[in-house]
Amino acid sequence: MDWTYFFNEVVNNRDALLHGTAITFAVSLIAILAGTVLGIVIGIAVTYGNKPLRWPARLYIDIIRGTPVLVLVLATFYVSSAVGFNLTAFQAGALALTLFCASHVGEILRGALQSLSRGQIEAGRAIGLTFGGIFRYILFPQALRYALPTWITAAVEMVKASTLLSVIGVAELLLTTQQIISNNFLNMQFYLLAGVIYFLIDFAIEQVGRFIGRRLDQPTRRAV
Amino acid sequence: MNYHFNFAPILEQWPLLLSGIGLGLLLALVSIAIGSVLGLVVAFASRAPSPWLRSLAFTWISILRNLPILVIVLFLFFGMPQLGLSLDKITSFVVALSLYASAYMAEVFRGGLLSVPQGLVEAGQAIGLTSLRIKRYIVLPIMFRNALPAFGNNFISLFKDTSLAATIAVPELTFYARKINSETFRVIEVWLVASLLYIVCCYAITLVLRAMEKRLVLEKA
Repeated sequence: MDWTYFFNEVVNNRDALLHGTAITFAVSLIAILAGTVLGIVIGIAVTYGNKPLRWPARLYIDIIRGTPVLVLVLATFYVSSAVGFNLTAFQAGALALTLFCASHVGEILRGALQSLSRGQIEAGRAIGLTFGGIFRYILFPQALRYALPTWITAAVEMVKASTLLSVIGVAELLLTTQQIISNNFLNMQFYLLAGVIYFLIDFAIEQVGRFIGRRLDQPTRRAV
Repeated sequence: MNYHFNFAPILEQWPLLLSGIGLGLLLALVSIAIGSVLGLVVAFASRAPSPWLRSLAFTWISILRNLPILVIVLFLFFGMPQLGLSLDKITSFVVALSLYASAYMAEVFRGGLLSVPQGLVEAGQAIGLTSLRIKRYIVLPIMFRNALPAFGNNFISLFKDTSLAATIAVPELTFYARKINSETFRVIEVWLVASLLYIVCCYAITLVLRAMEKRLVLEKA
């Protein structure tokens, strides 16, 4: 195996690789942020909503979670153009990942909110808070502590799922890697390199999550 | 929007779609079987007395859990032949999915192992069981029962991940959906049918697993 050739090729393609990594970051970040906002709305609807709110939210979660991400990505890409929204591959991919992320965050938040006792809401009402106030000051801070570890896992899943956008032609890290490979045929080396980069990103997110988790955990631990 | 729905060209290909979903289920079943065996070994290694074995197990879990499955699939299918290991696409996909599953199953089993009360193990020692028998008659049955719900979730995830086999042209459901999509241009219909098939299958798997869980709980009572 010729490693000097590989290192030369890495240096020659460094701009493309960095650009691909940046696209991976961008699309993951959009999906995580937008998906979290949408997911919080869905999570609240599914936990505290009345029937006309709860059922669509439940249906949304079940449909999106029952579909493979790749099918979601392909469907968003092809269907959006068929119905006349002319989204670019990047936009379609970001939309698909956002929808996917929202269903996960919704389900995570539901689990966390349901683990809180009803007495908390009643106490909030008793001191005259509106539902918005109860959620903001009582439920959300507590739910956050429960939900954070799973939310971090979901964030890692988003970065991993962003590789699927290579299938619809978004030049993120994996597609960039494939393009480089089609020029130099260093299949193993470049897939390995892509694997290392993805691992480092995901591992970093995981470690940050652990760190924040420990920080959030402290007050409870002291109280026990 | 002026779109006229026409499901006929898709329903003509019904046998293909069904064979695709059958292959997906088969791939998921084989992978979770191999992944569970591997995962069980890794789970026990993660609690072994030797620190080397323990860190090896945690490294295994950490690496495989933080890699995108698509990268593992492509690496094995396109990269390994360079090392002289050429596998056909189905075998290489099963290997990739099994490795991926092993990390998740190791986590599941590790959680299951932690949930076995220490007192039961000590009780086993007290009546003079060997450590192998303690594992066989006490630890493993309790662990499996506790691990079943997580096992089910992983199986559903793996089943959905079989859609990635389409990227290396394994003829499963997503592969046929893309094929029909480009042949007939019935875009909305084909993706609607494909997602529906996946959703129905996932739901059916959930029902089967729930029934299994109920039986195990009854056994416990």
